[in-house]
Amino acid sequence: MISPKRLPILGVGIALALGMAACGSDDDAATGSEGSSGGDGASGVSGNIRVDGSSTVAPLTEAAAELFQQENPDVQVTVGTSGTGGGFEKFCAGETDISDASRPIDDAEEVPVCKQNGVKYEEVVVANDALTVVGNPENPVTCLTVDQLNQVWGPDSQLSSWSEITDLDAEFDEELQLFGPGTDSGTFDYFTDAVNGEEGVQRKDYNNVGEDDNATVTGVAGAPGGMGYFGYSFFEENTDTLKAFEIDGGDGCVAPSVEAVQDGSYTPLGRELFIYPSEEALQNEAVREFVSFYIENQEEITSATGFIPMTEEQVTKSHETVDSLAGG
Amino acid sequence: MEAYRPPTERTRFAVAGARANVAAVLGSQPRGDVIRNNVFAGLLGLAVLIALAGLAALLAQAVVEGAPALGTNLITEPPSTIDTANAGFRPALIGSLMMIAFVIVLIVPLGVGAAIYLEEYADNTRWWNRLIELNIQNLAAVPSIIYGILGLGFIVRGPLDLGFILLAGAITLALLVLPVVIIASREAIRAVPPSIREGSLALGATRWQTTRRQVLPAAIPGVATGVILAVSRAIGETAPLLLVGATVFVTFDPTPLGANGYSALPVQIFQYATRPQEEFQTMAAAGIVLMLVVLLAMNSGAIWLRNRYEQKW
Repeated sequence: MISPKRLPILGVGIALALGMAACGSDDDAATGSEGSSGGDGASGVSGNIRVDGSSTVAPLTEAAAELFQQENPDVQVTVGTSGTGGGFEKFCAGETDISDASRPIDDAEEVPVCKQNGVKYEEVVVANDALTVVGNPENPVTCLTVDQLNQVWGPDSQLSSWSEITDLDAEFDEELQLFGPGTDSGTFDYFTDAVNGEEGVQRKDYNNVGEDDNATVTGVAGAPGGMGYFGYSFFEENTDTLKAFEIDGGDGCVAPSVEAVQDGSYTPLGRELFIYPSEEALQNEAVREFVSFYIENQEEITSATGFIPMTEEQVTKSHETVDSLAGG
Repeated sequence: MEAYRPPTERTRFAVAGARANVAAVLGSQPRGDVIRNNVFAGLLGLAVLIALAGLAALLAQAVVEGAPALGTNLITEPPSTIDTANAGFRPALIGSLMMIAFVIVLIVPLGVGAAIYLEEYADNTRWWNRLIELNIQNLAAVPSIIYGILGLGFIVRGPLDLGFILLAGAITLALLVLPVVIIASREAIRAVPPSIREGSLALGATRWQTTRRQVLPAAIPGVATGVILAVSRAIGETAPLLLVGATVFVTFDPTPLGANGYSALPVQIFQYATRPQEEFQTMAAAGIVLMLVVLLAMNSGAIWLRNRYEQKW
């Protein structure tokens, strides 16, 4: 029989063994200096910036935060990935400073919540993206019109084979296998709005990959009749296993590319990516500097993360938006 | 009380001798029985093999895929989007370890306390005690995302209003795994022979003294097993943490109450696995290896403690 005196040792033993190990390593952790701008660091600004929202935009914001922190080590930026909708939910509750978004804020459901909680904001463009419709390299079809996409993805679509799509530019008789993001995704919202004319409406019998667009890559690469859509960076990383369809928005076939998105010819699937800083957060010098930095260094940020940079015009407009919100 | 002991050389020899005697007198076993015996043994072996093969495949894939990123930078460096070659999981690792420490501090007293009450004090002929019992068993099967919603509504916001802090994540995880600890601890307490209790009570000890000095020490290995299972589940949970505020990009070491956010290993691994760039997928695989190492280290520690306090009657 074990000595009873040893028992308490064990009782806390298991519990604390790890506790010690873990807590020991946080001695050097910085304790948050909540939103203060009076930091005595060499580089001026300090404080915390909480960003949450779209997982598509997150890599951009992370890159921006990293570059910004190199110059301003006293600023702590965190980036969450709750999705565009989840991000706005927290943003409008006043729980985050900046919300990442791959679609504009929803007038019907999100704007009223922000208004009710007194959260004022502006939409700031930070990058461009091309929603890319991809297929298997074996597929001879090169171009799809918006109408053809609607035939395939429409809410009442029953199509099960490529041969059922009307007016294709090549003969193809394979079973359609559809891959797309989950309904929480801003990408889903944008695509359904552009192709089916109504946000959030799409046929239900597709392979829903949720937030994992790499599953679309694997799925389409493995199915001759596969079709899927996602952000341009996923195509850029997989040009050897996938082909991107040119899109005909009414003015001829246009392949997704940096130029086509920037000059606006890749319609309707060229899209802007946004951040939504709140007016209150912009009163904090750190947040203001961070947002300006984000826009100024957009070329480096977009190229590091596989997105399409903004045009001069967009940069100027974003700066103006931030200035007016910060000043107002 | 004679507990089962593994056969020694001596008993093995005795069994073999007895079997040989029986065979000599009655003739060897019928052929069908021998075949059935072998088939059964083969099936059991196959079950073990399949379980191990799954684990081995997972490990091998993670190690092979993550190999380019394996290195000390995994534990010393924060995540990076620009400089992926030198990126690491430091804040996520510290976040996960701290959370696990809090989870253990919460679940050991609560889980063991509840188990002692239900086994030693509660009158299970009463309907409310049976209802509690049934509910605990059901809670163990509730999907983790439900606990995430609970954590968001009651701990992060709502009544407790802690905000998106690490401690809120730890409390949510503790609630999630508490039923496992309670159930395992109850089994362990129930397995203590009644003669031990009766002997103690007969010698004039109170119920508390009996529980504290006889039952609990004897139940420790079983309780420890429950805690190990619970902690292993807690460290790998992603879904509830996403809801209660664990983020992906944290470059500083998190603190339990720090309002600037925290990260956890599974959350960061999950996010990296869904990125387009191959470097991130490599990082995700390396993160899986790191998490397995942490898990194995923790479990070995717990098993060592368990064996140290193992009871023999």
